[in-house]
Amino acid sequence: MRRAIDFLRRRTLSHYWCVLRGSLRSHLRMRTGGRCLFGVVSGNNLGNSEPEHSAPHPKPEHNAFRIEPEHKGSLLGPGHSAPYPEVRAERASKDALIQPPLRWSVAGLVSLALTVGVTAGDVPSGLSATRTDLTAKDLARVRAITEPTTDFSKAEDFEPMPAGAATSRKRVNQDAFSHPSANLSFEEQGTFKLGNGLFRKLWVSSPSSTQASDGLGPLFNARACQSCHLKDGRGHPPEDNSDAPSMFLRLARAAETVEEKAMLGRKAALNFPDPVYGGQLQDLAVPGLASEGRMKIAYEEMSVTLGDGSVVSLRKPSYSVDDLSLGPLHPATTLSPRVTPPMIGLGLVEQIHPADILAKADPDDRDGDGISGKASVVRDAASGEPALGRFGWKASTPSIRQQSAEAFAGDIGISTPDVPRHWGDCSEAQQDCLALPNGIQERLGKSEAPNPVLDLVTFYSQNLAVPARRDVGKPEVLAGKKVFYQLGCASCHTPKFVTRRDAPNKAHAFQLIWPYSDFLLHDMGEGLADGQTVGDATGKEWRTPPLWGIGLTEEVSGHTFFLHDGRARNLTEAILWHGGEAQAARDGFAALPKADREALIKFLESL
Amino acid sequence: MQAWVTAPQGGKLAAIAATAMLTAAIFVLPAKADTDPKAVLANYADIAQAKYEDALATAVKLDEAADALITKPSAEALEAARAAWKAARIPYQQTEVYRFGNPIVDEWEGRVNAWPLDEGLIDYVDAGYGTESDENTLYTANVIASPKIEINGTEVDASRITPEFLAGTLQEAGGIEANVATGYHAVEFLLWGQDLNGTGPGAGNRPFTDYDTANCTGGNCERRAEYLAAATDLLVADLQEMVANWGAEGAARKALLDGDPKVGISAILTGMGSLSYGELAGERMKLGLLLHDPEEEHDCFSDNTHISHLYDAIGIRDAYLGSYKRIDGTVVEGPSVAAMVNEIDPALNAELTGKLDATIAAMEVMAKRAEGGEAYDQQIGEGNAEGNAAVQAAIDGLIDQTRSIERAVAVLKLDSIAFEGSDSLDAPDKVFQ
Repeated sequence: MRRAIDFLRRRTLSHYWCVLRGSLRSHLRMRTGGRCLFGVVSGNNLGNSEPEHSAPHPKPEHNAFRIEPEHKGSLLGPGHSAPYPEVRAERASKDALIQPPLRWSVAGLVSLALTVGVTAGDVPSGLSATRTDLTAKDLARVRAITEPTTDFSKAEDFEPMPAGAATSRKRVNQDAFSHPSANLSFEEQGTFKLGNGLFRKLWVSSPSSTQASDGLGPLFNARACQSCHLKDGRGHPPEDNSDAPSMFLRLARAAETVEEKAMLGRKAALNFPDPVYGGQLQDLAVPGLASEGRMKIAYEEMSVTLGDGSVVSLRKPSYSVDDLSLGPLHPATTLSPRVTPPMIGLGLVEQIHPADILAKADPDDRDGDGISGKASVVRDAASGEPALGRFGWKASTPSIRQQSAEAFAGDIGISTPDVPRHWGDCSEAQQDCLALPNGIQERLGKSEAPNPVLDLVTFYSQNLAVPARRDVGKPEVLAGKKVFYQLGCASCHTPKFVTRRDAPNKAHAFQLIWPYSDFLLHDMGEGLADGQTVGDATGKEWRTPPLWGIGLTEEVSGHTFFLHDGRARNLTEAILWHGGEAQAARDGFAALPKADREALIKFLESL
Repeated sequence: MQAWVTAPQGGKLAAIAATAMLTAAIFVLPAKADTDPKAVLANYADIAQAKYEDALATAVKLDEAADALITKPSAEALEAARAAWKAARIPYQQTEVYRFGNPIVDEWEGRVNAWPLDEGLIDYVDAGYGTESDENTLYTANVIASPKIEINGTEVDASRITPEFLAGTLQEAGGIEANVATGYHAVEFLLWGQDLNGTGPGAGNRPFTDYDTANCTGGNCERRAEYLAAATDLLVADLQEMVANWGAEGAARKALLDGDPKVGISAILTGMGSLSYGELAGERMKLGLLLHDPEEEHDCFSDNTHISHLYDAIGIRDAYLGSYKRIDGTVVEGPSVAAMVNEIDPALNAELTGKLDATIAAMEVMAKRAEGGEAYDQQIGEGNAEGNAAVQAAIDGLIDQTRSIERAVAVLKLDSIAFEGSDSLDAPDKVFQ
């Protein structure tokens, strides 16, 4: 992958567009050769210097929840009372398709605009390829400060504070991931604390005496957010049958019919749930209902010999489901295991400008470096507009609010105004489940968790602080940092971004952050493949996960299990599992002398 | 200024330092010393020391009362232990304002005051509690009844319930925050048992025979006694540690006094604002009111929540005024943030002082209702408009005072410090702007 900065200098806007469109093309397997027939698509304005279509930012006006005697109505703007996202997305795309984009078919391409339902020349703000939030002077500063370092003799300016002014400098202990962004106002701290209360709240099955707290399930993976997000940290695979559920299986199949394929094409769906068991396997159910089944993992040990002759054992998992309640899964249903990712810094990731992520995309590997980062384009459920997917192991979700609402529905079986699925992930085939009572009390609201529950949980999730770096200037850490850059790790684990100036919450605005991710999809090889397609992500592709805070995993979570399914038992194993586009970097690591490998690990542990 | 009252258990050095400071305050540069940030910080640290000493002294009494209950169980002994617990809460809650802003306190706090807790970890619970929690495999582990328990798939020997076992193994077992095995609330559960009255009247009603090995109720009375003894011992040890942190050479005191005084003054106001708005008005009060959930009550076994909230508010006021009335009635006071604000903006000082008083008045109204028979968990119940309003008035007071605290931060020109920790671009932990 080309370095972002070179890219910014060399490429015109039309190239961004081209790259982006390329990402959709590859999704559709409609590669048309190397040339980007961009002019046809854009009409006239994308090549101009001021092409930005800065649609109003679809974020709540009030990020701080005001504690008032009676909570009246939504705190948020009208865009946040969206119906079930898929329905909303469907509708939006149909509306868009009413305007026949004739020019596009002239181009002989299924272009991005056609694909995702954008009128010609109209770039959705979620995919904007230029930073109009900055003055020319600030843009120059941002470019300079985000330039990858070449000096490993000392720590960089601002490096000890990976989340800028939001960085937590509290003492490091098990609570290290649970503190609010350090730059919140007292009022915002209040909002955060209320969100925390709801995050740890145990939902109960209906009917119950605490009517504001019922609605669990009927099928669920957890009774509370915190059940999986233990200490707001990283989940892990079950070590025995009684372990905490910080990992589950996503169930999905690819499109089968022409109609389904068309839905994927216009991003009305990312894939299709199992017809019986839905989009994920719920291993728990309310009393009187059978759970869907139990995830089963079998590990096989494999030896890997490193360049210096030392041997590392990797465990290769295989997944199946036991005790399925309603017979076998659909033959085309794939299983994708997912552990809970850490919660820190998410609000800052949300405020990385799309232009900065798109600038690193190179889906067709035009620079020939073997790394072809691909943007994940999805529908924003609230607006129906195409947007960058940046959250989740497959970058399938564009916003923290949407991620939270989907988790409420899928993981806990609690409906929210944004995802009003009162029976959670129960499918039409699960009549026993649909026959059970839900937790709606009309006097409290039209969903099981009416406003402001989702507002508060979203705010909480946006503001868990990234802890300050430790040992940032130690020689061994700096040596490891140099190895990190030399091996090419930084090609995908992008060290730095500067967040949007126009972030709705001032605490997230214009912060120099160090997430170590490009938030793009990469082919990680057969070894890590789950075979499950999610929107633009193929069964071999995963989003680069951020690395900030990774060195505190053991402190916070009491383990060092890494990767999407926790198969790696330490950082070394995690690196050795890298394949596909990361094969060269992985091989470079395996060939290193022991001291360099150890230095690299020290660097990671300082993050 | 009132004469300095030497803390009865205070260190000699602290007393000498305090006397020296007092001398300076009265005879050398009274006006200046009153508002000298370093003197303000020294007084703030002295008050912390006095408060933690009082918390320790009352915890020692609680420990003794618990031992008496174990040695000779009776209804009177149980009542005496409960009274000792309630008395211990009064000074402790006044220390909470030190938590936010002082990382040493914040890191330690979970050991003594963690809440809410899944009590099924500790002892028997009512059938209505449920038998399982997906998140917490120790939800009904009932350590008192189980000499062996399983944590994260590993069998753990619980045959002896010691302070080390509680603090090192059981506390937050499995990374679950609700696995609270130590501190005031664990002891509270051991003395009161579950409050099964929902939003109706009544607190927990554990019989003293739960500790009577001759006529044991609830089973495993010896192990329950062992748990109570260990938990109260541990509370004493933890408070001893915090008293030492605020002693003459204590780490918490040194962190304040050796650093930039502006950062220290900012920590005082941060502690006041964070406790007022986020912690107390938000998580501890508004959440329960939103959900009308009696489980969202801070001292839920004893129905002592009104006292805990009231003394939190008193602690916030005292941090501002630089004054503390000890359990023996003597007063520790000295240079204060109030004086600093008064020097620059007397109207703001009057406003903030008035608001701090107003909050305490609202808390007292709420507490009076509780003492009149309508416990805090009833006040937050659905449909209790008057009770809800009493709690809301206290919340409103806390929020209102935070606005003025923010203004005090601005008047003292601490804004950038509050948010970034340092206004120096040369600081090693500066941020890009």
